[in-house]
Amino acid sequence: MTKQALETSSTIDGFLIGEKLHVGGMASLWSVTRSDIDSPIVMKVPTIMDGEDAEVIVGFEMEMMILPRLSGPHVPRVYGVGDYASQPYIVMEYIDGQSLFPLLEQSPLPAEQVITLATKIANALHELHRQNVIHFDLKPSNIMQRANGDITFIDFGLSRHLQLPDLLEEEFHIPMGTGPYISPEQVLQNRSDNRSDLFSLGVILYHLSTGQRPFGFPQNANGLRHRLWRDPIPPRQHQRNIPVWFQEVILRCLEPDPDKRYPTAAQLAFDLQNPGEVKITERGEKIKADGFFSVLKRRMGFAATIGTPRQPDQSPWLNAPIVVVALDLSDDSEALQQALRMHAANVLARIPDARLACVNVLRQNRLTMTYALDEEGRNLHVQRLVELKEWARPLGLSRDKMTFHVLEHVDPAAALLEYTRSNHVDHILLGAQGTGALRRLMGSVSSQIVAEAPCTVTVVRVPETKAD
Amino acid sequence: MRIAFLSDIHGNREALEACLSHAARQGYDKLVFLGDLVGYGADPVYVVDTLADLVSKGAQSILGNHDAAAAAGLIEGMNDYASASIEWTHQELDQAQKDLLLGMPLSIEDEDRLYVHAEASSPRSWAYITDPASAERSLRSHAARLTFCGHVHKQQLYHMTPQKPPVLFIPQSAIPVPLIGNRKWLAVQGSVGQPRDQNPAAAYSLLDTQRNELTYFRVPYDIEASAAKIHAAGLPNILAARLFIGR
Repeated sequence: MTKQALETSSTIDGFLIGEKLHVGGMASLWSVTRSDIDSPIVMKVPTIMDGEDAEVIVGFEMEMMILPRLSGPHVPRVYGVGDYASQPYIVMEYIDGQSLFPLLEQSPLPAEQVITLATKIANALHELHRQNVIHFDLKPSNIMQRANGDITFIDFGLSRHLQLPDLLEEEFHIPMGTGPYISPEQVLQNRSDNRSDLFSLGVILYHLSTGQRPFGFPQNANGLRHRLWRDPIPPRQHQRNIPVWFQEVILRCLEPDPDKRYPTAAQLAFDLQNPGEVKITERGEKIKADGFFSVLKRRMGFAATIGTPRQPDQSPWLNAPIVVVALDLSDDSEALQQALRMHAANVLARIPDARLACVNVLRQNRLTMTYALDEEGRNLHVQRLVELKEWARPLGLSRDKMTFHVLEHVDPAAALLEYTRSNHVDHILLGAQGTGALRRLMGSVSSQIVAEAPCTVTVVRVPETKAD
Repeated sequence: MRIAFLSDIHGNREALEACLSHAARQGYDKLVFLGDLVGYGADPVYVVDTLADLVSKGAQSILGNHDAAAAAGLIEGMNDYASASIEWTHQELDQAQKDLLLGMPLSIEDEDRLYVHAEASSPRSWAYITDPASAERSLRSHAARLTFCGHVHKQQLYHMTPQKPPVLFIPQSAIPVPLIGNRKWLAVQGSVGQPRDQNPAAAYSLLDTQRNELTYFRVPYDIEASAAKIHAAGLPNILAARLFIGR
């Protein structure tokens, strides 16, 4: 398919070809320059193009289709795409950084290091999914860490854009992915579920924290199927110092049934950023892999347990939002608290995968920042948590659907906004504030949230009773 | 260049106006009409006159089976309500309007694009494209990289590599699809004036040749007005009723 051999010092569509940087199985990378582009850029060109290697051609087509539609620090910026008929290529930014691949050699890494990395990857993955793209080939060599620490995904040859044709789906009748990392549903050739990427991320986290691959390195299709029923050895059996909650998180990512994993990368990131709120189940406490009979049972009945594949036209994050209810328990009237509860219940009833975070801000005095550290401060903090739980009790939600947070900050609005941004909150519910003199003096938290929050905000108000 | 494709208007003035004004807001350089300007709807005269005006300004238009039937007054092979509307349309149109319809070509080739009303291997047979097999017959019958057709009233996009059968993609409204790669694309248009995919909004598409992207659109229009005219003209009720449910 390559119509002309690329040569150093030749020019294609204004790009001056420099040195060949890398030759891979599927593509080669060339350093290129163009007079109007200041930053370092590279040209990716498919390697074997004899018309026979359909996977390489279609994978490259997919990348040409998807990459220019993505934006943000978690994907390479694209500067040009070549016409397929003459010379297929993608020119993109040169990423100053390293892939995670060398980390495998150093594993097991300390749990804190893996958790920090996991949080960054989950946050970046949520941004990718929000742009309607599922990567489908997450592995250490496809995850770059930039010099500034940002995570960037590369190699979108197996990826899928949920709003564009999937050129790969009908083309191949074999599982597509990389042996150690491929999700069970990809093994079954389903390419429509964002949670497949969470499985692959789970494999990476398992490997980095234990030094072991959870499902080995299967070399054939039969070996790939084992992960449909064979659970991995619990990470803590390899490394006792992995926290129970983190084992819970890793094993939840590695659930063979996508319905049992996190519904979104945002919800995974939420747990990683709020370890105290992770609901520990058998998964976290497990000390050895399941016995022969449970595995056999799963093996016999697997088809029934994997659940229905997602429809590709659904945007999963819309079905699994993180909803915050911000409660001012000291000031909100009973009527307002009830109204907030009703609105929260409505949202949660409508969207089954939604998750509710009940948040209260404990206002700190600017002059006594150490306040929270003394006995009185601790008591107050605990008291607020108790009150939050009491507010939520009538909702009757299980602990994995609902979390409680008391933020300590001098500025309640700033605290909520910060919380919203770092936890990918989709919807904030909060009560309207009264109109008393004190309120006017202090400014309205709700109006600042409405103006600045990067998500939907519902301000709940109880109608005033008119005085006669 | 940006080309707007409108197919199967079927005498629906309100739907045509809504699509043309939507396309104008998007910006286009050229209009291509893919057949069946008339039949079913109550405004054949307005639609044909509008087309004549647009053609004089550079639009292209090809013949559909309803255009041929209405101009010639032939109702052979049509069901009751279709033939009732063809006979009525035949009465409404004057000779100049009929001549204009009959003068339209069966297909047009333009650079790497083919415009045709129905399945392209035998345009005059008016065969439907409803599945990969019929799409493949159409795609293999000519060399054009991109084919634009109508006739089935359902938005469908097929893509095919030389070695494999085509694959169907159902486009989403207002999402540009890159027509990339060493493959052929068959862009079946939805209907402007009588959608049949359970979505009553009018359908058209816009190709950007520079960006090599095709965007399908759905445009709401005043269905009540179109339906009222169908009733007033004494055409079969079903022709009005189906507009509301897109079937």
